[in-house]
Amino acid sequence: MHDTHHHISDDLIDAYALGRLPQAYSLVVAAHLSLCDTCRARADALDMIGGALMEASDHEPVNPDLRANVLNALDDPAYKPAPAPKGSGPFPAPVMAALKGAPPKWAPLGMGIRQHILHEDQGGSVRLLYIPPGRAVPHHTHRGLELTLVLQGAFSDSEGHFQRGDVQTARDDLMHQPIADAGEVCICLAATDAPLRFKGWIPSLLQPAFRI
Amino acid sequence: MLRVDTTPSYDAWQGDTALALHAVRDGIMECEEIVDDTPKIKDTTFNETTRWLIAVRDHRDKAAFAKLFDYFAPRLKAMLSRGQFGAANADDVVQDVMLRVWHKAAQFDPHRAEAGAWIYRMARNRQIDVIRRTPPPSPEDMPEQVSDEPDAVQILALEQEGERLRQALAALSPEQRQLLEQSFFDDLAHSKISAINNLPLGTIKSRIRLGLERLRRELKDLR
Ligand SMILES: [Zn+2]
Repeated sequence: MHDTHHHISDDLIDAYALGRLPQAYSLVVAAHLSLCDTCRARADALDMIGGALMEASDHEPVNPDLRANVLNALDDPAYKPAPAPKGSGPFPAPVMAALKGAPPKWAPLGMGIRQHILHEDQGGSVRLLYIPPGRAVPHHTHRGLELTLVLQGAFSDSEGHFQRGDVQTARDDLMHQPIADAGEVCICLAATDAPLRFKGWIPSLLQPAFRI
Repeated sequence: MLRVDTTPSYDAWQGDTALALHAVRDGIMECEEIVDDTPKIKDTTFNETTRWLIAVRDHRDKAAFAKLFDYFAPRLKAMLSRGQFGAANADDVVQDVMLRVWHKAAQFDPHRAEAGAWIYRMARNRQIDVIRRTPPPSPEDMPEQVSDEPDAVQILALEQEGERLRQALAALSPEQRQLLEQSFFDDLAHSKISAINNLPLGTIKSRIRLGLERLRRELKDLR
C-alpha cells in the first residue's frame, strides 16, 4: 500500500457514495478509493449507515414468483454477472473499466503532453493525462472543481508534491501549473466540470501567441 | 422505463451540503481513537446475516441463501420502492442484487463489512445504474478469499461498532432520520446530505481500515 498524503475530502466521498457526484468526479473518487485505505474506510463506513437504515426500514412483501425465480436461477450460468474488470499497470480497475479494457489511445496536446478523454457529460469531463518527465502541464484555470489523481510518476505545484494515489483538489479560480518530476512519465486522471474548456488547451509556451 | 433527469450538478450538491452540515453539527461527536473493549468470543456470535452469508460464500449453502433472501429481499424492496423508482424497477433490482449476492459472495469480507452494508452497496449501485443508465464507477474489488483464518475478534469488534451505530441512528430525531433515509435511498440529485456527522463513524472507520490492512498484508504474503 502506498503512503497516500493527499486525500479526497469527506464531503466528496459522501457525495460519491450517495450517488450525488457527476460521473467524471465519481471516476476519480473510485480510482482513489482503489489506492487509499483511509478514504476507502470512509466510504465503507457510509455503507454501514446505508445497511443499517435499510435493515431497519419497512418491509415490502416480495412476489413469491420472484423468490422462486431467484432460487431456481442460482445454478444457471446465464445469470452470472460479468466479472468486474481488474486493474492493469498504473490503471486501477475503475479506470480500466472506463477504458473498456483497452490501453489508452493518446491524443497529442502539444509539447509531448497527451490526453485520452474517458467521459464527458454536462456534469463534467474526465481524462487521462500523459506528461513527460520534467514537463509542465499547460496553464489553466477552471470555474469549478478540478480533481487530479496521480496514477504514475509524480508532479509538483504550488500546492505540494503529488505521487501515485495522491489527489489534488483545486477549487474555483486556483491558477496552477503542475510540473512532472524528472525520471518517469507522469500519468494523471483529471476531472473538471467544464467539458469544453479544455478543447482549446494549449501549452503555456504557446499561450502568448494564441492570446489565451 | 424510468425517465428522470438526475445528472447531478456539483454546485447544487455543494449548496445543499453546506446548509445541512452547518445545521446538524451538534449531537454525538466523532470519536477517532479505537476504544479498547476487546469482545469476548465466547459471549457473542456473529450476526445471523453474516453467518448466512459466510455459509453461502464458503459452502454454496442454498438454505442459507434462502434465509438471506427472506430477510433482505423485503427490506431491499421497501428501500427501492420509494419515490420515483417504482415497483417494477424495484423488483428487477431486488432479483439482480440477490443473484449477485450468490455469485459475488466470494468478495464478502466480514472484517470490513457487515452483510447488510455489503448488500446495501450492491443495491445502491444497481439503483444508480438504472436511474443514470450507466453504472457508477466502483473501486477495485478486493480479491477473492485469501488463505488466512478469520479473525473473530476483529469481526466482532466491527459488529459492536455496527451496534453502536444502530443505537445512534435510533436516537436521531424523526426529521434527521428521514433526511438520512432520503440521502441513502432516494433520488440522487436533490436530497440533502445530512446528519452523517452526528453518527459515530470514527471508530468504525478505524475498524474497517484494520480489515483492509489485514487483507493487503495477506495479499503481499501471497505474492
Ligand atoms: Zn485517501
